[in-house]
Amino acid sequence: MNEDKPGALQALRGLGKGLATTAKTLARPAHTRQYPHVEPDLPERSHGVIALLEENCTSCMLCARECPDWCIYIDSHKETLEPTTEGGRARQHNVLDRFDIDFSLCMYCGICIEVCPFDALFWAPDFAYAEGDIRNLLHEKPKLGTWMERVPDATLPEGYARPGAETPAQDADGPVGVTEPSVGEAGSSAEGTDAGDTSSREVEE
Amino acid sequence: MDLPLAVEIILKAVVVLAAFLTLPLAIGQTEHKVMAHMQGRLGPMEAGPHGIAQLVADGIKFVQKEDVTPASADRWVFKLAPAVALIPYLVALAAIPWSAAWVAADVPASLLLVLAVTSVGVFGTLMAGWGSGNKYSLVGGMRAGAQLVSYELPMVLAAASVAMAAGSLSLTGIAQAWSWWWLIWQLPGALVFLVAAVAELQRVPFDSPLADSEVVFGPYTEYTGLRFAFFLLAEYAGIVVMSLLFTVLFLGGWSGPWSDTLGPLWTLLKAALVAILILWLRIAWPRVREDQLQRLAWLVLLPLALVQLALTGVGVVVWG
Ligand code: SF4
Ligand code: SF4
Repeated sequence: MNEDKPGALQALRGLGKGLATTAKTLARPAHTRQYPHVEPDLPERSHGVIALLEENCTSCMLCARECPDWCIYIDSHKETLEPTTEGGRARQHNVLDRFDIDFSLCMYCGICIEVCPFDALFWAPDFAYAEGDIRNLLHEKPKLGTWMERVPDATLPEGYARPGAETPAQDADGPVGVTEPSVGEAGSSAEGTDAGDTSSREVEE
Repeated sequence: MDLPLAVEIILKAVVVLAAFLTLPLAIGQTEHKVMAHMQGRLGPMEAGPHGIAQLVADGIKFVQKEDVTPASADRWVFKLAPAVALIPYLVALAAIPWSAAWVAADVPASLLLVLAVTSVGVFGTLMAGWGSGNKYSLVGGMRAGAQLVSYELPMVLAAASVAMAAGSLSLTGIAQAWSWWWLIWQLPGALVFLVAAVAELQRVPFDSPLADSEVVFGPYTEYTGLRFAFFLLAEYAGIVVMSLLFTVLFLGGWSGPWSDTLGPLWTLLKAALVAILILWLRIAWPRVREDQLQRLAWLVLLPLALVQLALTGVGVVVWG
C-alpha cells in the first residue's frame, strides 16, 4: 500500500475509486438477459447456422476445399442432358448426391459462404441446434435446406422466391435466379473433373 | 426466567447453532447478489425466487459429492482440519452478546475468549495446508500462518484499546460503556481492527493464502464434498463473528433508539452493514501481494494500533 511507485495517497484514491465504481454499478440495472426464459434479439445477419440452397449448388467443391477444417462433405455424379433441339449437343451437369456440414467441427468462419460462386450457402441466425449426440451435429442436405427459410430477406439472391411465397423476395421477374446459367457453366467447364475429386476426398475421410 | 439450568443450556445451544447455520448462509446469499449487481449481473436466479435457495442447492450438491482423501495426505490431520476451522467460530458466536440480556455464554472476560478462539480457526487452514500433501496447499498454509502472526498483533492491540477505554474485558461491559464520541476517539483502532479482521478471514484483498490464480485455492485445493463446504461455511461464519465483534467493540453493539426492546435488532443491523462492507472490499479491490501484506501489517497497522493505545491511555487518564 505504501509502496514508492504509486504513492500512498494515489493508492488510497485508487481504492476509493474501486468502491465508488462498484457502488455505482450496484445502483444501475443489471445487463443480464435471462436467456432460456427470454429469447435474445439477435441482429438478422447473425452467424448462427449455414443454410444450403440446393438448386444453386453445382457441386463445384470450392467450399469443401476452402473450409479450414474440412467439415463439408460433398458427393455428386454426372448426368447427361439430351439435346433439346435437333442436332444439338448433349450437355452434362452435376447432380448433388450428398452435401453435409459437420457442425461439431465447423468454426463458423464463414469462408464457405464467402467462397461459393453460385449463391448456394447463406448464414441463418438460428443457434439453438445443440444435440445430445455429437454425431447428430452432422447436418445433411435436407436439414441444411430447411435453414433456408430462416435466412434474412436481405441476403437472399436476387430473384429467389421462398417456397410457398407468391412472388420472389426482391425481383418480380426472373424464375429461380442463378440456377439456369450455373448448370451450363458447371457442365461445360473445368469443373467436370470434380466428380473424381469427390471420391478421392471420401477416401481421405 | 426460571428454567432449569439444563433446559436453559440446551435451549441456548440450539439457538446459537441455528444462528450459526443460518447467518453465514444469509451472508453468502448477500454476497452472491451484491457481487452480481456490483458487476452488472443478476446473480443466481433459478433456485427459488431470485435464487434465494441457491446455497441450499449448493449444500445438497456438496453432500452428494465423493469425499476424497489424497493418498499422500496426512489422513487424520487432513480430515480434522475442516472441523478445526469451523468450530471456533461457533464457540465465538456463543460468547458474543446481542444485547445485555441476549448472550448465550456470558463469561467475564469474553473479549479474551472470543479473540483467542477465533485465532484457533486459522489452525484449521494450517492443518489443511500441511495435511494435504500438496505443494500448493503447503504454500497457502504457510502464507496463512505468516498472515495470522502479523495481523493478530494489531488486532489484539486495537481490541485492547477499547477494553482499556471501557475498563472491562467483558464484551457486554464494553458495549455498555460505549458512547457515540468513541466513534472518533477509537477511529484509528476501528480501522486497524477492521483491516486485521479481513486479513484474518483471508478475504480479498488479503486472500493470498487462497489466491486461486497463484496457489489454486491453497490449503483447500485437495478438499471435496462436505469437507470443502465446511471450509466455505467457516469463512462466512468468520464474517458473521468478525462483524458482530466489530459492532460490539466499536459501534456500541445494541445501543440506539429504544435499545431496551430493539437492542438485538440494532446489533444485527450494524453487523449486517459491517458484513456488507467486508463483502464490498472483495468485489472492489485487487489482491495484495504477499510482501505488501506484511509491510502493511508491520509498518502501518502496528504503529497505528500503538498510537491508538497511547491515545486511549491519555483519554482514560484525563477523563477517567
Ligand atoms: S464456416 Fe464452417 S463449414 Fe464453412 S468454411 Fe468455415 S469451418 Fe468450414
Ligand atoms: S462452393 Fe457453392 S456451388 Fe460450389 S459446392 Fe460449395 S455450395 Fe455448391
